[in-house]
Amino acid sequence: MTWNWKTGGVALGLAIFLAVLLVKPVGVSTQFVILDAMVADQVNPDLITRTDEGAWTSTNAYLAKSNGKYAKNAANPLNYSFVFVIALMVGAGISAWLRGGNGREDNRIPALWRANFGDAAWKRNLAAFAGGFIVLYGARLAGGCTSGHMMSGLMQTSLSGYIFTLGAFAAAIPVALMMYRKDVQS
Amino acid sequence: MTIFLALLIGGLFGFVLDRIGATNPTVLGRMLALVKLGLMKAILLAIGLGSVLMFAGQMIGLVDVGHMSVKTAYIGVFVGGLLLGTGWAIGGYCPGTGLAGAAGGRRDALYFIAGGLLGAAAYMVTYPSLKAMGLLEKIAGGKVTIGTVPGSGYDGLIGMRGDVLGILLGLAFVAVAFALPENPRKREAAPVAAE
Repeated sequence: MTWNWKTGGVALGLAIFLAVLLVKPVGVSTQFVILDAMVADQVNPDLITRTDEGAWTSTNAYLAKSNGKYAKNAANPLNYSFVFVIALMVGAGISAWLRGGNGREDNRIPALWRANFGDAAWKRNLAAFAGGFIVLYGARLAGGCTSGHMMSGLMQTSLSGYIFTLGAFAAAIPVALMMYRKDVQS
Repeated sequence: MTIFLALLIGGLFGFVLDRIGATNPTVLGRMLALVKLGLMKAILLAIGLGSVLMFAGQMIGLVDVGHMSVKTAYIGVFVGGLLLGTGWAIGGYCPGTGLAGAAGGRRDALYFIAGGLLGAAAYMVTYPSLKAMGLLEKIAGGKVTIGTVPGSGYDGLIGMRGDVLGILLGLAFVAVAFALPENPRKREAAPVAAE
């Protein structure tokens, strides 16, 4: 079963506190870039290179920025941030498995989507794909996502976290109000 | 050791994201459509609690201030936030919950991840032109916090001590978490049992 908001909020609060206590604030969206770079470097080995001084860099300006930080991580997959995201998936998978999963129907099309847009999986998958594209493009433009900007940013009282959160909800709430007019039967 | 911590903290974070329903697009959609705010209350409580623990821990010397990592403020943060919010409502996932949802068996989350990888790649390609447009120019000093956190190296927007302010803001988040109604649009429904 999912937890009520108090239990869940305390557990999530402890998790993001533990992260900043032991290592650094949580963040996810950068790893989409890192995985892209790993794959692209397999196809085109000239993408990520090292200078004579041993510093990592890339022919892609984004990977090369901040002294080749992203290029370096893509060349060394066993870094903290990448393993963190793999572990995130393992943890979520274990949780879902322990509570008996979401059910076959909901795994195919979530209930709220079905209530509003019907039973065609291709429509749902197309929306998820388009949503994913916009989310990650936006997250990279913003320099972080719900984890890095919203949770970690607001926790640290950073200005950028407030700016991001304002933008995210200013768009998400009107879009959701327009899209999800029908509620699920419960 | 670093890898062990990544496994521990990442695993815990993913487990909890699933347990609070964040990996379920129905829960997320109902939150954004202001039907059920339980997830929002959980996130606000988490941010507030995390803030109080972190800043109080810094004040008693338990938490290393150097572990803070404040991101730069620039116009693109707002524009990117608008884009992310739009995709979040359409897709039902954010980057972390998309990955977590896929791990929990959600088929649509795989499409979200595929779209996300393509979106991130599109950003990698278009980064120079966005930079040329001035979207990445920092505002208000860039890496700033609201108050000035002692020893953090980040400037504050206002002169007040950042750790004290951080605890106060954290408590405010907790207060808002409790004050928000769980079912704002169902006032006619039976009252929620006392907790």
